[in-house]
Amino acid sequence: MRFGGVVALGGVSFDVGYGQICGLIGPNGSGKTTLFNCISGFYRYTDGDILFEGQSLKNLGRHRMAGLGLGRTFQNVALFRNMSVRDNVLVGAHHLGRSGFISNAMRLPAVRQEEVQASGRLHDLFDLLDLNDLAERRAGSLPFGTQKRVELARALIGGPKLLMLDEPAGGLNHSEVDDLAQLLQRIRAHFDLSILLVEHHMNLVMRVSHKVVALEFGLKIADGTPEEVRNEPEVIRAYLGETKDMQHAGAA
Amino acid sequence: MGKATLWGVAAWLAATIVPTLLLSDYHLFQLTMVIVYAIAILGLAILTGFNGQISLGHGAFYAIGAYTTAILMYQYNVPYWATLPVSAIVCAIIGFLIGLPALRLGGLYLALTTFALAVAVPQLLKHNALEPWTGGVQGLVIDKPDPPFGLAMSPDQWLYIFALAAGAVLFLLAWNIVRGRIGRAMMAIRDHSLAAEAMGINIALLKTRTFALSALYTGIAGSLGAIVVQFVAPDSFGIFVSIYFFVGLVVGGVASIGGAIIGGAFIEFVPNIAEKVSKAAPGAVYGVILIAVMFLMPGGVAGFIGSMFARFRRGTKSAELRPIAVGGSGANDVPAGVPGGAEPDAGGHRSM
Repeated sequence: MRFGGVVALGGVSFDVGYGQICGLIGPNGSGKTTLFNCISGFYRYTDGDILFEGQSLKNLGRHRMAGLGLGRTFQNVALFRNMSVRDNVLVGAHHLGRSGFISNAMRLPAVRQEEVQASGRLHDLFDLLDLNDLAERRAGSLPFGTQKRVELARALIGGPKLLMLDEPAGGLNHSEVDDLAQLLQRIRAHFDLSILLVEHHMNLVMRVSHKVVALEFGLKIADGTPEEVRNEPEVIRAYLGETKDMQHAGAA
Repeated sequence: MGKATLWGVAAWLAATIVPTLLLSDYHLFQLTMVIVYAIAILGLAILTGFNGQISLGHGAFYAIGAYTTAILMYQYNVPYWATLPVSAIVCAIIGFLIGLPALRLGGLYLALTTFALAVAVPQLLKHNALEPWTGGVQGLVIDKPDPPFGLAMSPDQWLYIFALAAGAVLFLLAWNIVRGRIGRAMMAIRDHSLAAEAMGINIALLKTRTFALSALYTGIAGSLGAIVVQFVAPDSFGIFVSIYFFVGLVVGGVASIGGAIIGGAFIEFVPNIAEKVSKAAPGAVYGVILIAVMFLMPGGVAGFIGSMFARFRRGTKSAELRPIAVGGSGANDVPAGVPGGAEPDAGGHRSM
């Protein structure tokens, strides 16, 4: 993946197994989000390929990803601000429906059926994510942490096989990060899915991931269990800098 | 559900019977025009309010609908009611075609492009090549339809009932669309098109079809308007028609189905009121009224009613919960604005 003459991502190769939580780490500018956007179809990649369940994601329209089973959240929260929490989450179920303008206008039985199914899934998620009291609130009026939960619900209602989370801990305080770690484990237990977690917050990644991939300058520098990656000299160098006398222990 | 339907039918019957019995033909004509404008504004609300595509040229679709009906009635003796589906289809197709380039144009550029359409259409209607159908600058005069089945009522009474029935059906269909899967997708695109795409919404498909639907509504309004006024001419479809629709949209509340009715009433009655206040400068009075409405009700009239309603509900609720809710519902309790919709300044118009 290049931007002009800059190679943002070159020769990164790894896989995410079924039911795994895979953490993707790296310093700023290492290509985490670029990789994320390539997988979710927001960037078109030219070289190499990304396979999802054996199918290439090259040249697929962005709106096709949800239907394949790729669900995502956004780094800075991309909710539909003027819509209610309920409607936000229901949009996540869009790709499960088939009804069009005419059947919706007439509110045919098939449309009602879809709505009933979607609200069934909605109520399960509202229970899981503790959103029941907020259903009719305008999404844009909620605190940041709550918006992140709404976004998670929106990504989950479509029944993704791979849930991709772009810095879910960003902007959260200590106790919220703890809650998030528990929530991610609950989600993985509750739904039949894999999670790709792009995250700055080392602690969180190391706690919940089965597998961690580390990037630097668009290249993979480590790949393995959290324990292996934590002890990899390259990772320590990338995060803490080459000179040992610098005391940047908390840099992550 | 059953109760709501019952209330709806009751309200519709009352709106049909009461004015028909009590009002003079002229006042009924005015009410009929309110319905016509409301349908036109509803079309604009679907596009701009719910989908975030700004149009300053919906007068063009109104004109096309009006001319379709007038030409069919005048040149081909088609009965008035049968012209409505034809003009619906014609306007939907034209709307779809205009929706295609609109995909590449966001926000203000789309507004200008549609504005250009509104400027061009009256000129095209005067064009010599079309004169055998359109009647050129003179326009076409069509007959006022008589009440069917020999009903003992005036043509104005009948037209009011006819327009109200058509309007009720159109409003019901629009309400069904915006509250369901398609309506949510429209609003999702308006609020955050990238996220909407990630949710599996095909933006190109949805936006062009929304444009078609919007043009269909405004086109049917044009048809009804032509039947009610009994006359079409290019100069009655200048750019000011588009601007009035836009004014009605914003005054009523951009993303509101009910707001379209208020908007229709505003553009029908407020110019008359302004005239009564000051014969010398009705335009100035109109402007003052408009600014006052925008200052007092920044979410449009529907937004204002919605937030009053929300405040009322919250008021009764917090009265029940008073001991607990002391500091709890503070900072984030921004008034919710339009039910299920947008305050215009909070991003209702953001489209790209």
